[in-house]
Amino acid sequence: MGKIVYEKSKGLTDTPLHYCPGCLHGVVHKLIAECLVELDILDKTIGVAPVGCAVFSYRYFNCDMHEAAHGRAPAVATGIKRALPDSVVFTYQGDGDLASIGTGDIVHVAHRGEKITTIFINNAIYGMTGGQMAPTTLPGQKTTTSPYGRDPAHCGMPYRVSEMLATIPSAAYITRVSVYDIPHIVRAKAAIKKAFQMQIEGKGFSLVEVLSTCPTNWGLTPIESISWLKENMEPYYPLGVYKDVSASEGGN
Amino acid sequence: MHEEIIISGFGGQGVMLLGKFLSEAAMEENKQVSWLPSYGPEMRGGTANCHVIISDEPIASPVIVESTMLVAMNRPSLEKFQKTIKKGGALFINSSIIDIDTDRSDVIVYKIPVNDIASKIGSQKIINMVMCGAMIQAKKLVSIDTMINVFKENLTGSKEKFIDLNIAALKEGMKYFSENYKS
Amino acid sequence: MGKKILMKGNEAVAEAAIRANCRFFFGYPITPQNEIPEYMSRELPKRGGVYLQAEAEFAAINMIYGAAGSGARVMTSSSSPGISLMAEGISYIIGAQLPCVLVNMVRGGPGLGNIAPAQSDYNQAVKGTTHGDVHLIVLAPSSIQEAVDLMYDAFDLADLYRNPVLVLGDGMIGQMMEPVEFKEATNKKLPPKTWAATGTRNSPDGKRRIINSLFMEPEDLESLNLALQKKYKEVVEKEVRYELYKMDSKLDVIFTAYGTTSRIVKYVIKKLEEEGIHAGLIRPITLWPFPQQIIGEYASNSSAKAFVSVEMSSGQMVEDVRLSVNGKKPVYFYGRTGGIVPEPKEIISYVKSIL
Repeated sequence: MGKIVYEKSKGLTDTPLHYCPGCLHGVVHKLIAECLVELDILDKTIGVAPVGCAVFSYRYFNCDMHEAAHGRAPAVATGIKRALPDSVVFTYQGDGDLASIGTGDIVHVAHRGEKITTIFINNAIYGMTGGQMAPTTLPGQKTTTSPYGRDPAHCGMPYRVSEMLATIPSAAYITRVSVYDIPHIVRAKAAIKKAFQMQIEGKGFSLVEVLSTCPTNWGLTPIESISWLKENMEPYYPLGVYKDVSASEGGN
Repeated sequence: MHEEIIISGFGGQGVMLLGKFLSEAAMEENKQVSWLPSYGPEMRGGTANCHVIISDEPIASPVIVESTMLVAMNRPSLEKFQKTIKKGGALFINSSIIDIDTDRSDVIVYKIPVNDIASKIGSQKIINMVMCGAMIQAKKLVSIDTMINVFKENLTGSKEKFIDLNIAALKEGMKYFSENYKS
Repeated sequence: MGKKILMKGNEAVAEAAIRANCRFFFGYPITPQNEIPEYMSRELPKRGGVYLQAEAEFAAINMIYGAAGSGARVMTSSSSPGISLMAEGISYIIGAQLPCVLVNMVRGGPGLGNIAPAQSDYNQAVKGTTHGDVHLIVLAPSSIQEAVDLMYDAFDLADLYRNPVLVLGDGMIGQMMEPVEFKEATNKKLPPKTWAATGTRNSPDGKRRIINSLFMEPEDLESLNLALQKKYKEVVEKEVRYELYKMDSKLDVIFTAYGTTSRIVKYVIKKLEEEGIHAGLIRPITLWPFPQQIIGEYASNSSAKAFVSVEMSSGQMVEDVRLSVNGKKPVYFYGRTGGIVPEPKEIISYVKSIL
């Protein structure tokens, strides 16, 4: 027997993921699971799954899970955290769930400074329902409900969730990352870990927005998808830290 | 005893509190009581009213259709509710500010100038308790001692200093009634 | 029992909930129930609980979902339009088999309607409220004292059956004051909440808990539905409550009415008696489960010529009365809407017109 150099995180169950080939959900799941294990909080964490592609994420995260209605994960997480203030609570939401039907929920969970962490997957499209337009769909981007390309004169410009939430006084940590190559994955993991740490330290609401892909509904190969993300999404949704209350306190 | 009392006036005249204190006193004397307010937007600015039922029997509906007593603290209240009074029922009019007469000739009218009486005591805030005194004297709804106990139970902390004022108002209302009407 | 105190229905309901060991309240303001959240915001922090004002009713019900899944004794209150907004979340709570208590101080509808008392949400309350094959246990108090007593039972029933319990009042129950006495918490022996998701460190069997209403396999979803229906059958067998008023042997007419309206009907019965008309009242206290059996028995065995359902609606409960009477006697309806409370004389003349 050789030496084990890599193991699947204990923060994930053995259930095979249902995600499409090339989808980055699996990478983000892995990062969250590793952070929960490394912070030694897996056994006191309760996750909230969304409606969207990640609806079955309650099967994958190896902690207690709560499946929420579409857009309502932050409200469910609020109920859990208020009832169990010593627990660690996170929501995992896509752009339809968080930025469309759940806009009010995410604004108010930040506004109340709920001590929870949200992982927000932005891939500029509805995945599970089959590729419809999202609030984050880019101008000109073709989807099944913007077949001629998103026309801002007809349905507005995509809005930037992290920038908006960073304006909310009680938000503690808001950052946008991506996971399309190793350096970005390393940075994304550090951001997710920091978001959980800020929750544990009681600093307030933390959110990590992850720019992601949807090869299936974008109609591209996984490799092409990553190029498309870099060329189209990153300029409109710049990566970076938008709010960090620990920085002003001289923290890391 | 079975009294169905509508108490109505402007917001700020203390009609809700008059109803509440009266209900509480009657409850202390082991009567069945209910207090039903008008609520919502109609409370703000216009007339406020409450329905108080005091009875020896369990109370069926808390909504008063036919009142045995109407307390009209302002003119709109008189105009709106005089038709509800049962034949032979009692009508208490705040004669300090109501300058019209009732069109009912089949009810007993008591005109109590509560604002003038309250002025003599030195506060307009207790016109409701002046009226309460007149009502108690007229109908023996509850004893004055029970009313005083209700004041003491409700007016606590920073409001404790108003107990004597309320007792004075109650007594002046009773006195005015005795001097001008027969109970 | 403690001392009698004069209390507004809304505040009494809130106090009863706290005494029944409810420590979590999530809600949103709407008239005519605002004294409930106001009371909770004042009292819960002092008594070791949490009050939180949600940004909307649909958020409040999902906070309830989260807290209930965490094993908390939790409630919300609202009025008609607010309950409509909560409907989706209620279905998830039922699907995940979680306990909670809901209070609806019904106002006049449809739409924004008005804030006067009404019973126009009967169908919404008893016919499932929301999507899926579901029921709420629905308790309908007719006095402040009964509202208080039913709050204790509401929490126990919710925990026992792991299903939301709705206390259905109206603007009048919420706004009026009557003397009340509070009993101590029932401390009824209830099954431990081993299903709650509180972190695997607290799990009695070391396994993780999933609070969920999603079952993609038809067989799995049918299993859930069969489990719910089994539970509901038990509720129907064990939890029906009603009051019989003047239901003696020589009846001419039988009224059915609940809540505020039943009090008016009791007055009507006395008045009819004075005119030699013998009337009685079957007052459902549980609207679901509905007292179908007792109504059926009187339909078969009583001398009454007819049933009359009196409601502050256009005729909702009357449909359940008809099902219970099952064609054995004519069933009539008298109702007022829009926030108008029916007057005794209207009901009396209606009854005379049908006899």
